[in-house]
Amino acid sequence: MAETILEMRGITKTFPGVKALSNVNLDVRKGEIHAIVGENGAGKSTLMKVLSGVYPFGTYTGDIHYEGHECRFTGIHDSEKRAIVIIHQELALVPLLSITENIFLGNEQARFGVIDWNRAKRRAAELLRKVGLREDPDTLITDIGTGKQQLVEIAKALSKDVKLLILDEPTASLSEKDSQHLLDLLLEFKRQGMTAILISHKLNEVKRVADRVTVIRDGQTIETMDKADVTEDRIITSMVGRTMEDRYPTREPKIGETIFEVRNWTVHHPVHPERQVIKGINLHLKKGEIVGLAGLMGAGRTEFAMSVFGRSYGVNVSGEILLHGKPADTSTVSKAVASGLAYATEDRKVYGLNLIDHIKHNVTVANLPGVSKSGVIDDMAELRVANDYRKKTNIRSSSIYQITGNLSGGNQQKVVLSKWLFANPQVLILDEPTRGIDVGAKYEIYTIINKLADEGRGILVISSEMPELLGICDRIYVLNEGRIVGEFGRHEASQEKIMRAIVRGEEKAAS
Amino acid sequence: MSTEIAPSTVNPAKASAQQAIKENLREYGLVLALIAIMVFFQFMTGGILFLPVNLTNVVLQNSYIIVMALGMLLVIVAGHIDLSVGSVAGFVGAVAAVLMVDYGINPLLAGILCIAVGAIIGGAQGYFIAYMKIPSFIVTLAGMLVFKGLLLALLGGRSVGPFPTEFQLLSAGFIPDVFGPITLVAPALNASRNPIPNTGVVLHATTMVIAVLIVAAMLYFALKSRRARESHGYEAEPFALFIVKNLVMSGIVLFLMYKFASYKGLPNVLIVMGLLIALFVFLTKRMTFGRRIFAMGGNVKAAALSGINTERLTFFVFVIMGMLAALAGLIYAARLNQATPKAGAGMELDVIAAVFVGGASAMGGVGEVAGAVIGAFIMGVMNNGMGIMGINIDWQQVIKGMVLLGAVAFDLYNKKKS
Repeated sequence: MAETILEMRGITKTFPGVKALSNVNLDVRKGEIHAIVGENGAGKSTLMKVLSGVYPFGTYTGDIHYEGHECRFTGIHDSEKRAIVIIHQELALVPLLSITENIFLGNEQARFGVIDWNRAKRRAAELLRKVGLREDPDTLITDIGTGKQQLVEIAKALSKDVKLLILDEPTASLSEKDSQHLLDLLLEFKRQGMTAILISHKLNEVKRVADRVTVIRDGQTIETMDKADVTEDRIITSMVGRTMEDRYPTREPKIGETIFEVRNWTVHHPVHPERQVIKGINLHLKKGEIVGLAGLMGAGRTEFAMSVFGRSYGVNVSGEILLHGKPADTSTVSKAVASGLAYATEDRKVYGLNLIDHIKHNVTVANLPGVSKSGVIDDMAELRVANDYRKKTNIRSSSIYQITGNLSGGNQQKVVLSKWLFANPQVLILDEPTRGIDVGAKYEIYTIINKLADEGRGILVISSEMPELLGICDRIYVLNEGRIVGEFGRHEASQEKIMRAIVRGEEKAAS
Repeated sequence: MSTEIAPSTVNPAKASAQQAIKENLREYGLVLALIAIMVFFQFMTGGILFLPVNLTNVVLQNSYIIVMALGMLLVIVAGHIDLSVGSVAGFVGAVAAVLMVDYGINPLLAGILCIAVGAIIGGAQGYFIAYMKIPSFIVTLAGMLVFKGLLLALLGGRSVGPFPTEFQLLSAGFIPDVFGPITLVAPALNASRNPIPNTGVVLHATTMVIAVLIVAAMLYFALKSRRARESHGYEAEPFALFIVKNLVMSGIVLFLMYKFASYKGLPNVLIVMGLLIALFVFLTKRMTFGRRIFAMGGNVKAAALSGINTERLTFFVFVIMGMLAALAGLIYAARLNQATPKAGAGMELDVIAAVFVGGASAMGGVGEVAGAVIGAFIMGVMNNGMGIMGINIDWQQVIKGMVLLGAVAFDLYNKKKS
């Protein structure tokens, strides 16, 4: 058995009013890939911040032993000195600096404060080769995609001669291909003797690369299992503390006539107008129907939805939109809303909510005329509406006057849904409605979606989680490279079929 | 971050009273600060600050700042800034002088033309900011230079005045006393049987009538909104607190109005200001237009995706700012009774300071009309008080700078704590 390189014992960390970690134990063996899984808010990132010194010694209790010595890190510099490097979920790169400059940021190849650029570039090129990134080291970070940026982060870690690499959800925003490359790289480094801790939500990735898996729930370690014992069911059971047979609420679909139709929808890229992002999409929604839009990252799902919703994305948009069989004008957001369309964004914090304002104002903002008369807001009507929707969507908050920035992801999503429900749309496009939400809250969101469909709306759900689409949709379109490459009914759809449609679509695109 | 409220073991009625007092303290913190500053200077100036003539002066000295602060509040809440307002005010004042003095145009018509000029200036700047997406800092910095230059060009180095008497009334006039004066204490007479100034108490009756009407309206609306809340089954603040709060506010209003009444009554410009303040409170609190400005300042992307036409909204915010800057320019010119090449210089900084002292956030999305007005008065009272005390202008600047920094730092500290 390999020796233990890292041992964290009895780690407890409290924030004002909240116990984030309670007596957590973790041991990592030299040369293994150790995965940490858990729901959002379970305490994974907090634990890693304790380990890397972001939360300095003294702000937590418990001890950390690394390579046989007790460690008392007072800052991230201390842990990096011991060759522990953490790569955070939000990449810490400076967009307008070059790859070289980013790799050696804070660790410049300099003598007496004067940077030796030749040496820096040579070393950067070397590191880029190691991580398999074929880019000029002078390229600016902003000019390369997220997948490549992730590789730059890893190159940066390698430049510090990392021994223990911590990756916090590294593939969260990567395409399938980039994710695979990253995981392969991780396995390669493991062969060279590096130890890694991988925090991930994606259980298939964990199964693929991890030697052992530790499950954290509610700030406590639940169990650590070996590769041989790892099954998806077992991980889920430990993660949520209950078996997840009923991950999706049941529903009898009551499907009526077609209410929404998109014909021959074509959209061009806003920065490179010669590039077609959406290439002639045709789709329709029926009354009371929940339709899924599957596809990989970058397939054009969000771009499609936003271009339909008031031309919020893209240029040279062409095609036709019909609501109840009649052509509808959705050329601005307000016209789209007026004609009965709503779009709940995938990025709540950036596009969905005014985080510094309270629930009441966020709920009514898309339909202010609904609570006002000739431009004057009726306080009482607004109060009533906000309280109604808070109850209806079960937003857990002290009152409607709670600032939305302080709500959990699930409750924020309910506020976004409430906002659009109050606009009373006929057609609702939900973009990644459960992203970043824990399992319990997901169930509530699904229940709301079902109810909306049963009230006679048409609902288009965009999701990267295929089980979710299979669990809640009546019909699924598969989108790839801006084209619809497949359409499956509830009973014929399966993950394999969807993946096959995507891959076949990719072959077609390549040929 | 969990913010769920733990079940309280305290008596709920008492807890809600405490909570209400706490909320109110935060809300009225600025008012208390202003009162404290006034009381402080009342002592330091040996009782001059609260003299009716001086209080009237404070209003006249700050009226144009407050008028612009109303527009600046919208601009800052919308997430922008306007550095050009001082130059615009100065330029419009010069336009007014040229129209009225050089061309002899009727003051009312000239005034309307000047406000229109302000709207066009605001619209031009708003166009570059809203539709061309040039940062407001840059556009209005350019505007500041352009209109400062145009002011000089228009006046050609001379001062133009005096204005027609009707126009002077805007800043120097008082409302007529239609109900006739009330003599509480007859003034002492001098040897030639004329009343000696500053003796006796003769009240401007119309001012007192207006005061009573204002207090009655305040109480009526407060009661009405309380009734509405209760009838819809929503919790209102404890009744005792409600009474105390309204009595104190009414008392302050009556006290100030009494002071005005015992000088020459309400200045015309205070009436203009009061109406504008009421309009802007209504606009920000109750109108969809105002609500949308806050939504846009809080998160412009989310606002756009909620169907708000953010470009048009930004454009109109700057149009309003331009009109208010023009009005302020008129008030200022009327007060000096001439247009000078130096008019408006540096005014934008006082206006912006007032809005920030009043609790607005430089990031946008947060701010209150009442806060901006009180912020302007805090700065104004300090100017006035320090002036009476004979503190040098250099040290006045230092102290005002520190107060601006301190007020914002204190506000942020409080927000972090809560």
